Amino acid sequence: MLYMKEEELVQYLFRQEFSKMIAVISKTFGLQHLETAEDIVSETFLTATENWKQKGLPVNPTAWLYAVAKQKTLYFFRRNRMFANKVLPALKTSGSGDIEEAPVDFSMQNIMDSQLQMMFAVCNPAIASEAQIALALRVLCGFGIDEIAEAFLTSKETINKRLTRAKEKLRSAAIRLEMPPEKEIINRLDSVLHIIYLLFNEGYYSSTPNKTLRKDLCFEALHLGLLLTEYNKANLPKTNALVALMCFHSSRLAARQNENKEVILYDDQNELLWDKELIQKGEYFLSQSAKGSEISSYHLEAGIAYWHCQKEDTPEKWENILQHYNLLLQINYSPAVALNRTYALYKARGRDRTLPEAEKLQLTNNRFYHVLLGELYSGLNNQKAQEHFATALSLAKSVDETQIIRKKIESIL
Amino acid sequence: MKEFALLFRQPDFDYSNADPAKMKELGKKWQDWVGGIAAQGKIADGGIRLAMEGKVLKHGGVITDGPFVEIKEKLLSFIVVKADSLEEATTLAHGCPAVDEGGSVEIRPIFA
Repeated sequence: MLYMKEEELVQYLFRQEFSKMIAVISKTFGLQHLETAEDIVSETFLTATENWKQKGLPVNPTAWLYAVAKQKTLYFFRRNRMFANKVLPALKTSGSGDIEEAPVDFSMQNIMDSQLQMMFAVCNPAIASEAQIALALRVLCGFGIDEIAEAFLTSKETINKRLTRAKEKLRSAAIRLEMPPEKEIINRLDSVLHIIYLLFNEGYYSSTPNKTLRKDLCFEALHLGLLLTEYNKANLPKTNALVALMCFHSSRLAARQNENKEVILYDDQNELLWDKELIQKGEYFLSQSAKGSEISSYHLEAGIAYWHCQKEDTPEKWENILQHYNLLLQINYSPAVALNRTYALYKARGRDRTLPEAEKLQLTNNRFYHVLLGELYSGLNNQKAQEHFATALSLAKSVDETQIIRKKIESIL
Repeated sequence: MKEFALLFRQPDFDYSNADPAKMKELGKKWQDWVGGIAAQGKIADGGIRLAMEGKVLKHGGVITDGPFVEIKEKLLSFIVVKADSLEEATTLAHGCPAVDEGGSVEIRPIFA
């Protein structure tokens, strides 16, 4: 039992500390040594597992990890003469003091600075977005290659290739670990926010059935967003809007799946399972996001998510959701948003008003479009409803979807 | 797809004394209508909204506060939509609240 506990603790610490240590080591020796930093940190954890198994847990496991990582780092760079020839003079000129006192600085402040800079480096638009997400999961969130592969429903080889490409790009584009210049922060922040948003969605909408993995993805994305809010220059209204959005969505994670791993749709969710604390947190960040005049798509999506956290169906709720969707569509069209808007129109204005608009969308290859039309025709023209559900069924892409559509078909038999 | 400007005109109206609830309703009508076009993925440009007041410069250096043109309707705003033909763009214009308010929508192709 004790062994299990240590195993779990190491795993937990790994997630927590992996990205911090990599950021600090890369910050100290340069981003071109990212891979070395990964190796050093992985080795540190290996040593920890072995050592703690034999000798029991140290009093302060985190401090223990930092000390060992520091030793291993110094050993590596000393052994590679490069340390003496290149890094050392640079450190001396920058006045870091005594080298024996170890320049690897695991202070809270330096960890935070390094992590932020790492975020901006990983989200550099020079890297293709697919590779960016894989790199972010690895370097910023401490995910293992197998976990990333599972989240993307692809092979480890594919993920490894993506990571290699991304790291090559970091080198060839000479991307450095530093904060972007003041006037560029706002633009660069957009790509950072976008990657966090994609990470979150990867977890929230991923088709992997691994619930824990999905939850971890969501919370890691939320964690990165929160980190940004702690940094003045990145703590903009849209950053807060994104964090609010993630809080509201995350609050429903536990209610979205039953014990048989089946998806539970919003209407059928038990709101007692919604995380009140996260909803309150979301409300706080939503109010923080209202400080400027800018309305980003994150603001609108957060607004929609906020109203979804009110379980009761009131006219006010659906009116607000509809108006948010109306605006969101004008700045950010996607078929999914168009379908959600049409559903909100139905809830706010009724079926007669909505059916003609729904027919106009013509998203004929979209399974959710046919589900929506099936619902709208149910009770009005069941024959037509059945046809749409049948088309949806033929387009379904997962067992979950098939199940949900079958239930709808049965409900109007 | 081509692009078309939809120009909204409405009779002169003093909005300063308008009932806020009514204005809100009207705002929703506009948003619902534009949202319906946006849901079809046919908004090319959200356009701009013009303030009700402004100036007019005329021949001989005459500057007035309006009316902007010598007709009863004034230009409210415009959006740019995507459509295959002038006919389709005109169909999109149906349901525009400006028309319900006694105004009009002018549909004009935009040179590519």
